[in-house]
Parts: sequence; structure tokens; C-alpha cells
Amino acid sequence: MSAVIDEHGHGHEHVHGPAKGLMRWVLTTNHKDIGTMYLWFSFTMFLLGGSFAMVIRAELFQPGLQIVEPAFFNQMTTMHGLIMVFGAVMPAFVGLANWMIPLMIGAPDMALPRMNNFSFWLLPAAFLLLVSTLFSPGGGPNFGWTFYAPLSTTYAPESVTFFIFAIHLMGISSIMGAINVIATILNLRAPGMTLMKMPLFVWTWLITAFLLIAVMPVLAGVVTMMLMDIHFGTSFFSAAGGGDPVLFQHVFWFFGHPEVYIMILPAFGAVSSIIPAFSRKPLFGYTSMVYATGAIAFLSFIVWAHHMFVVGVPVVGELFFMYATMLIAVPTGVKVFNWVSTMWQGALTFETPMLFAVAFVILFTIGGFSGLMLAIAPADFQYHDTYFVVAHFHYVLVPGAIFGIFASAYYWLPKWTGHMYDETLGKLHFWLSFIGMNMAFFPMHFVGLAGMPRRVPDYNLQFADFNMVSSIGAFTFGATQIFFLFIVIKCIRGGEPAPAKPWDGAEGLEWSVPSPAPYHTFQTPPEVK
Amino acid sequence: MRHPYVWMGLLSWMAFGQAQGAWTVNMAPGVTEVSNAVFELHMIIFWICVVIGILVFGVMFWSMVLHRRSTGQQPASFHEHTRVEILWTVIPFLILVAMAIPATKTLIDIYDASESDIDIQVTGYQWKWHYKYLGQDVEFFSNLATPAGQISNQAPKGEHYLLEVDQPLVLPVGAKVRFLVTAADVIHSWWVPAFAVKRDAIPGFVNEAWTRIEKPGIYRGQCTELCGKDHGFMPVVVEVKSRSDYDSWLGERKAEAAKLKELTSKEWTLEELVERGDKVYHTTCVACHQAEGQGLPPMFPALKGSKIATGPLEDHLGIVFHGKPGTAMAAFGKQLSEVDIAAVVTYERNAWGNAKGDMVTPKDVLALKQAQSQ
Repeated sequence: MSAVIDEHGHGHEHVHGPAKGLMRWVLTTNHKDIGTMYLWFSFTMFLLGGSFAMVIRAELFQPGLQIVEPAFFNQMTTMHGLIMVFGAVMPAFVGLANWMIPLMIGAPDMALPRMNNFSFWLLPAAFLLLVSTLFSPGGGPNFGWTFYAPLSTTYAPESVTFFIFAIHLMGISSIMGAINVIATILNLRAPGMTLMKMPLFVWTWLITAFLLIAVMPVLAGVVTMMLMDIHFGTSFFSAAGGGDPVLFQHVFWFFGHPEVYIMILPAFGAVSSIIPAFSRKPLFGYTSMVYATGAIAFLSFIVWAHHMFVVGVPVVGELFFMYATMLIAVPTGVKVFNWVSTMWQGALTFETPMLFAVAFVILFTIGGFSGLMLAIAPADFQYHDTYFVVAHFHYVLVPGAIFGIFASAYYWLPKWTGHMYDETLGKLHFWLSFIGMNMAFFPMHFVGLAGMPRRVPDYNLQFADFNMVSSIGAFTFGATQIFFLFIVIKCIRGGEPAPAKPWDGAEGLEWSVPSPAPYHTFQTPPEVK
Repeated sequence: MRHPYVWMGLLSWMAFGQAQGAWTVNMAPGVTEVSNAVFELHMIIFWICVVIGILVFGVMFWSMVLHRRSTGQQPASFHEHTRVEILWTVIPFLILVAMAIPATKTLIDIYDASESDIDIQVTGYQWKWHYKYLGQDVEFFSNLATPAGQISNQAPKGEHYLLEVDQPLVLPVGAKVRFLVTAADVIHSWWVPAFAVKRDAIPGFVNEAWTRIEKPGIYRGQCTELCGKDHGFMPVVVEVKSRSDYDSWLGERKAEAAKLKELTSKEWTLEELVERGDKVYHTTCVACHQAEGQGLPPMFPALKGSKIATGPLEDHLGIVFHGKPGTAMAAFGKQLSEVDIAAVVTYERNAWGNAKGDMVTPKDVLALKQAQSQ
């Protein structure tokens, strides 16, 4: 953020500051600059993906077709999912990793700074390509963010080839980002910073990075198979040529299930710093947190077919995936119990980061409960592909991933900008988000259980009332995020100067450098006892 | 003192829902043994979650209220407790094992489609269902029956808006019905909540499911796998009749099928074919090619003034009969009767200003069909 340059761009002869003008951002190899760009990119995508969600909720405000045609509605649901997953949540966590991991482990920068620059700049190219498909003849991707074949191959609009290429670019970017995180954490820790002394955010990101390296190539593989089917006459996913449409789903979800943990583990880590800070008490069960994260990551590889309980998996397979999925509740429960125990007998205060973190624990747990319900295969025969599933994954992704990102942003904004954000406005942002989010997504449980399928542009009158409530909640939540933009800009431009450690209960090396963090930090590694 | 009643009311409302209200909040138990078992599993796991939620959130709110710094609280410094940590790993595990037992039992039951009384082949098409009574020579398509005016808000919406079809699947009460579920184009999913039957319809593969319905009535569901533009407009309606009513219905359908065969050999006039074709077009073709034949280019080309619809007759019939591989145009030779194909091709050549004045007869279509099967 620009405040960083103004303060530290000049005056230190021995440290060369950032270049001037636009080229600073194009050519930068500085982890703070790149982190900043990732965060702004992510927020832009969050607003774009959010605006697609507004179109969806406006159409579903009332039964009947009012605003968009079903064909365009499908493009909106698809693009909303793709942009939120690959454009908003994942880059936000990479941005946080870029900014915070070197500061947390006492490293001067990321291990591979030039690659860092490249992995960021691939993203705008990928998303420009993806979003441009909306203006192509035949429209953009309309087969859902899960792009099941053959809807996404034989029956896809021509723009699917652009979509495949965009996914490839995003995958390359993610893999490079992950390699960078692993190389940084394993090689650049300050003396004395043993693995079991690392902040949990660093731990969860290390594990996330391994998940990314394991599954992004699988995603690349599945879209390449699509490309071959579409253009080169193969039949991976076409029964007519000896292939199998279900193969697509197995390969996709082998990527897709670890992917959902990729989107939540870094948030677990951030919240594990924030809750102790505002409870003024050390994190309960650090070691078990690390092991629980590892266990969740391992289990994430052997549960993928729980997304496919109704495709006709043999009963033995069905049982295996049901049991494995239920098991995830154990390490996840451990994490929740640890957070609650951290708060127990602390001295709690509720600044904005803590509000988001507490809401994270409560609402993510509700998403976990519906996840446990979905794991029960016979019950999933009723839940599958209804709004109950939509409610479930929005409960884990919005108050999970997104609230985790908001909590992190408020927690570290003073370090990034050198100013305190406006606490009153921050709290207002929290409460409006909290109310809007619950109003938007809680009624989805009800309409789903009552029988409303997902991805439909129109519905029976019995679902009308709750859909209207959902839409009003979604509009509230959406509008509130513009307000967040205002809060962040206000914080960058001015505000009460932040001390090096603005939170009295906070722990960690990032608070040992001044606020805003100088352009270069830890050129001499700190000593960790 | 009203509060306990309010909460009890709210909980029982959540637990049991309402049969058909606008504010329905829960699943309904259904009309089969399996759907009741599924409903019970759903309620058990729901209450387990509620109890765990009350405990965990209770502790959390307790500390959020009583352990605030503003109350003068000094923070404790404990950060681990091995016995507690083992307990809260083992206890959830045991709860899960207890939950897995009834779930396994029900799942094995759901998978036992053996010894069926009636076999129905269910085929998903973009965007309608096809039902075939195996061994009975009865088959038909089931299309959305909600008028377009209701969808575009020109007319008031009925009670079964989007959940009504021209011809429902008819089943007898008490019989074990096996569904063989497949698809002709993309993946669909056949779902009737009251039976707790949901199976993906996958092109090229056949999935099994079964049900034994205990109560006559009309049961409604929808396609639950995104299958393209009109995914939201392909409902499933099942009418369950008593055994004797079902038998007489089946008899009527067989007689109708025989009559349809006679229609093929009848001498048709252009006007008769256009009149019949109008109806066929508006159930089968209108979703893509649109009411005025204008299509939705470039995915769904226009027929009005198109090269095909105003070109040689054989080519036009050929495309309708064989479809166009690699596009959304299906091969209707397998879907429609000879009469309906002849009628719809004739209609398309003589509607919206396409004034070709020529016609295809059902006999021409039959000849094409026979040439194919040789």
C-alpha cells in the first residue's frame, strides 16, 4: 500500500527503496509489494464475483423469470463460483502469505522473488481471459464451477477453450506460489525458529502449499483431458467412444476436495493468532493444532467421492467414503475445542479482528455441522444438489474463508499501513456482514430441505418467501463490502499512527518491526529463543 | 413466561416442519420405508449437532460474557491439558461410530434393488424425462406443463408452478419398482423427495434405484444435476395409483400405442400435419428454437428462413431424425413417433413465413426408419 513507499522510499542510503511509477509494480520482487498486489487483485475479484452473485439473487428475488435468461443465469452461477474460488479466496491467502510469512519467520523476503512476481502477474492475464468469455458469441462458461462433462465438453459453448487455458494459467500461478511458500518456510527461518515454534499461520500455509502442489496438476490434467475431447477426438468422458463421464467427477473431486481445505486452512492459522491475541492468553493445544491440520490435510485426499454419493458408486465405496468423511469431524472438532479453550478464562476484548474471528469459529462450526449431516450417505440422497448444499458450503466459505481474511486484514492493517483503521466503522462492517451473511445463507438450509434444487433460475411458489429473505441478506452483505473498501482506503490515507505492536496481547516477530513495516525487513535475521 | 412456549414451538416447527407451507423449514418424512429411515437419520444427526452446538457455543458465550477484560478478569496462562484433549478426540469418535451404524444399515437397504415387480427405464433428455415400462411396450416423454406465460409473469402462477408435467410417471402402490436410470445427452439426476430416490442419469451408463410406495398420491420432484439452459424446467411427477387403477391405466396406454401405429398408415393432409406439428414443436423444439422459430444464435440456430428448413426436404428430415453430432441437436428419430416427426418437419417448413408448401408423410419417416434398421 502506498503509505509504505511514502515513509520509506527514500532517506535510507544503504537500503534501496522501491522504483518510481508504474514499473515499480510491474517489476517488483518485494514480498510486501507483491502481497499488496495480490490483496488488491483479490478484492477486485471479490467485488466482481460478488456482483455476479447479486445478479443471481436479483433473479431469485421472486419466482418467475424477471431479469436474465436461464442461459445467462447459468453463466452467472459458473463465473461467481470460479471467480470467488480462484480469484478472490486463493489469491487473498497468497497475498497474506506473501506479506506475513517472511515477517513471521524473520526472513528478508520470499525465497524465490522473481518467480513470485511472475506467479502474481499470471493472474490478471488468466482472469482477463476468463471474464472476456462473457462477451464471446455463445457466452461464457455455463456448466457450473464444477464443469461436469459432457455438459462442459460436447455441449459446451465455444468459449470453453478459453476457460481451459485460463484454468491452466491459474494452476501454474498457484503451483509457483506454493513452491515459493515451501521454499521460504523450510529455508529462510530465523535462527532458533524451529518448526514447532512457527506461528500456526505459517504451519497451515506450509501444509496448504503441499496440498496445492499435489492437486493443482490434477486440475490441469482434467481440463487437458477436456481439451483433448473437445478438439482432438479423444473420448475420456464420452461413453460413445469408450470413456466415462463419471471419470471426470473422480478426477475433478480428487482436486476439488483438497481444494476446499486449501481455502480454509490458512484461515485456521490466522484465527489461531488472532484469538490468543485478544484473549491475552496463549493458544490452547498448539501441538494438537498442528497435528489436527496435518490430519485434515491427509483425510482431504481420501474423501472425494462424498461429492458423488448419487452417481452410482458401489456400496462398498460409498461406505468407505462416508466413514472417511465422518472422520474429518474429529480433527476439526479438536481445532474448535482448542479455540474455545483459548478464550476460556482469558481477558477478552472484542476489536474488529476478534469479532470476525469469533464469528468465524461459530459460523464455521455451523457449516461443519451441515457438513457432518451431508457425510451421512443415505441422508445425502436427499440433500445432494439442493440448496442445503449451497447453504453448507457458503457457511464454510463466507464466514470461514472470507471472515478469516477480514479478521486477518483488520489484524494486520496497522502493520501494513502504519495507521489504525477506524474501529467504529470496522465494527459496523462486521455487524452488517454478519447479519447480511446469516440472512442470505441460513434460509437456504430451509429451502434445500424443502426440496429446492441448486442452480435453478426459477422455483415453485413454496420457496418464494425464504428466497426473498436470502436476496435481501445477500444485497446487504454485498453493499457492505463496498463499505469495507472505504474503511481500507481511509486507513491507508491516514488515521491514528500505529505503534509497532498495536495489540497488547499479540505475539510474533511481525510486531517487532515498526509500523508500517519498512520496505526491507529482517536483513539481519532476528534471534528466536 | 411466554418464552419457553415460543422456543418449544420454534423447535418443534424446525423438527417437523409443515407439509406444504411457504415457510417450510425441514425435510418431509416421505411415503416409503427408505424415505422414513432417511428422515430419521436426518433428524438424529440434526439433534446430535444441536446438542454439540449448545455445549460448544454455551462454553464460548460463557467466556465471552464472564471472561471479558472489562470485568477485571486476569488472563489464565494454561495452554494444554492432555486428558481433556484425549477426551474430546475420543468422545466425538464414539458418537460418529454410533451414527455410522444406522447409516450403514439404511445405505445397504437403498442399494438392494433385487427382486423387483416392475422395471422402469428412466432416461434424462435436455430437458425432459422419458419413461419406458420394460416388457410392457409402453413409453412416453414427460414434459413441463407450466405455460410459458406463467414463467414470464404474464399469467398468475399456479400451485404446482414448475412442478407439473403433461404425462406423469404412473406407478402402483405397494409394488417394488426398480428404476434403471440413464441419459441421452448430458448428466441429469432423477429425484423424488417423497421416495428418497435420487440417482444421477449418466449418458452411456445405467444406474439402479428402487422404491416401494405405501400411499397413493401425486409426488413431485425435479432434476438435480445442472444439465444446461432449462435445468430448472424439467420436473419429475409421479402419480401413484391403486393396483387395479394402475392395471387399467396400463391397458389404456397399450391400446393408445397400438392406435398410434395405425396413424402412421393413415393418409394425412398438409393442414392436419401442420396442426399436429404445431403441438409437437411447442413441446419438443421450442426450448431451443423458440416460439417464432428465431432460435438463440449461435448455440441454437433459427429455423425461420433457415437453409435447412427452406432447403431440400430430405436434408431437413435427416437432421431432425439423426440430430447433429457435436451440437445440442438430438436425434429425434429415437424420441418421437413417425407421425410426430412428419408433422413437426412439415410444420417447420410451413410456419413463420417458411412457405414451402411441401410435406413429409409418416410413411416417409417409417421408410427412413426401416432403411436405418437394415
